[in-house]
Amino acid sequence: MSGATAEGRHPAREIVVSASELTRTFGDFVAVDHVSFEVARGEIFGFLGSNGAGKTTTIRMLCGLLRPTSGKGTVDGFDIATESAAIKTRIGYMSQKFSLYTDLTVDENLRFWAGTYRVWGREFERRRDWALAVTGLETRRQALVADLPGGFRQRLALSCALLHEPPVVFLDEPTGGVDPEARRDFWDLIDDLSEGGVTIFVTTHSMDEAERCHRVALMHAGKLLALDTIPRLKAVFPEGSVLELECADAARAVEELENLSEVVDAALFGDRLRAVVESPEAAATIERSLVAAGFGPVTVNPVAPSLEDVFIRFIHEAEEAESS
Amino acid sequence: MIRRVLAVAIKELLQLKRDWRTAIALLGMPLVLLMIYGYALSFDVTDIRLGVVDLSRTSASRRVVEAFLESGFFVRAATLDEVRPTDALFASEAIQAALVIPADFASEAAALRPTSLLFILDGADSQTASTILSYARQIVAATTPEVLGIEFRSPLEAAPLVWYNPDLKSSIFLVPGLLAFILMVSSVIATALAVVREKERGTMESLRATPIRAIELLLGKTLPYLLVGSVSAAGALFLAWALFEMPVRGSIFWLAVVTLLFLAGGLGWGIFISTLAESQQVAFQLGLLSSMLPTLLLSGFIFPISSMPRALQIISSIVPARYFIAALRSIVLKGVGPDMWWQQAAALAIFGALVLLAATVRMVRSL
Repeated sequence: MSGATAEGRHPAREIVVSASELTRTFGDFVAVDHVSFEVARGEIFGFLGSNGAGKTTTIRMLCGLLRPTSGKGTVDGFDIATESAAIKTRIGYMSQKFSLYTDLTVDENLRFWAGTYRVWGREFERRRDWALAVTGLETRRQALVADLPGGFRQRLALSCALLHEPPVVFLDEPTGGVDPEARRDFWDLIDDLSEGGVTIFVTTHSMDEAERCHRVALMHAGKLLALDTIPRLKAVFPEGSVLELECADAARAVEELENLSEVVDAALFGDRLRAVVESPEAAATIERSLVAAGFGPVTVNPVAPSLEDVFIRFIHEAEEAESS
Repeated sequence: MIRRVLAVAIKELLQLKRDWRTAIALLGMPLVLLMIYGYALSFDVTDIRLGVVDLSRTSASRRVVEAFLESGFFVRAATLDEVRPTDALFASEAIQAALVIPADFASEAAALRPTSLLFILDGADSQTASTILSYARQIVAATTPEVLGIEFRSPLEAAPLVWYNPDLKSSIFLVPGLLAFILMVSSVIATALAVVREKERGTMESLRATPIRAIELLLGKTLPYLLVGSVSAAGALFLAWALFEMPVRGSIFWLAVVTLLFLAGGLGWGIFISTLAESQQVAFQLGLLSSMLPTLLLSGFIFPISSMPRALQIISSIVPARYFIAALRSIVLKGVGPDMWWQQAAALAIFGALVLLAATVRMVRSL
């Protein structure tokens, strides 16, 4: 579980965020269950999982907002349990909820958030100009945030969290409710930051976004299921074990498919079927079975596994391990 | 420290400027309340509906009736020939009091034998009844020599000399309390929403991730409202002087100092509530109840603290309005210096410091 991409770009791999057996319980509920990982400087580290998987709880512990029940963690060299004051000066945090004041203007928001980090005077002007440039809001400085489209707000919220030039940024589902174009712009900004040496820790439940991370941690029910680069994660599927099928009456064919012993998992995507099989040889068997069941003509093509395939596979494995 | 407090304070003022309805409410509410309550709230009783049952029908008895009507407190609402029908008039509230002069009043009086006038009162409203009774006693006492046709002096007499409020007008006594009540309610409400609003909007979470300290956030949120509160307090004091003839005999400077201390306590209490409540609605209701009830009931505003049961007296010692009202009456009505009310001022300062400390402790825990 090492980050090949990140290592390649930053030969001297410097650990900026670390978690070791990090655990947080709320009563009987274990929100985060012995989670361990390390994040290197300049890395875009994705935390992928469904709602309630423990992503936000992990981020809040790392930001010093929530004390861990057990386990240890450090951010930029400081202990998350005992040195949260020092950590807060070194991180930018964009929470899931919208963190700008909608009744203030762009300028006023920038000035306020800069003030909380004690960025003022010349320094503030420099950072404000930077923020206006990266958000594309130079001409709308006096606009109320309430009147801005979602994409602008998102980038403004991010730049507000970066006014003090923190070495680490925590983004908790930053692009919820933003249109795809604005989302792409947002991620271009994140790439730029990463190239500038800023470490980015981002949670998401969007597979598209996870694809843009250097390394991805898969989180489910408080546990870390897997952690690696995207290509390595996808390598859990041998070549030819993910198939895309076209056939007649795909909606009924998916049931037929699920009953075949060679098929591990099958799902319907529009009018196409996607199947995960044990071995590449299964392709021919499947084709014959579907034709025999009257779903012909059938075409079967091996495709690259998606991150979703990987995620679902790990969840299934974890659930099987649990029940056995 | 100061930079961050300033950053928060400027932000709060900008938000208040955008939310002009709230701004107007905060500035104007005390003035409107003062006008409404100032005119409505009075212990002075006038135009008392009097039923007259003059069974004597003599010049002496007519003189007594005239004395009642000329006093300015009573108006004749009914004239009856016997006592019994007054029951129905009391029941329908056509009359509030009845004066019954017995048939032998004039002859007994002329013979200088002890005689009585019957004065019947509706005691359902005891406060009003006792006021009416005291008016009636004064009138009868004043009329007696005239009716009897003799000058007499009792060997012992308490000659009254009323200071500070020679006419014993209740407004002079009530307006300082009313000011305390209005300023307390409006200052608590002003800040009660300040922190919980950030929780509801989700900005609190972002603030918590910044290095801002609890005390910086709280001061930054309190100071702008202290400014707003001072302006509206000045307006309310002016109105009290202009409309309700509240004299200002003492120093304006000390008046300002004591008012600021009181406002700081109210704002601090509001912000403490704000750190407790999870929604603006809860904060508003908590703020309203906790400021209104104690200030109304336990501050000496209406009910004298000295006549309360011991337990309530002890509770009243944590009601800041109690000290403010006492200090206000000292400065405004008596015109005395700090040596006479420094204890009240100190109590206000201690209350302010304690609530701000409590709010900070709460805040540190959630920050």
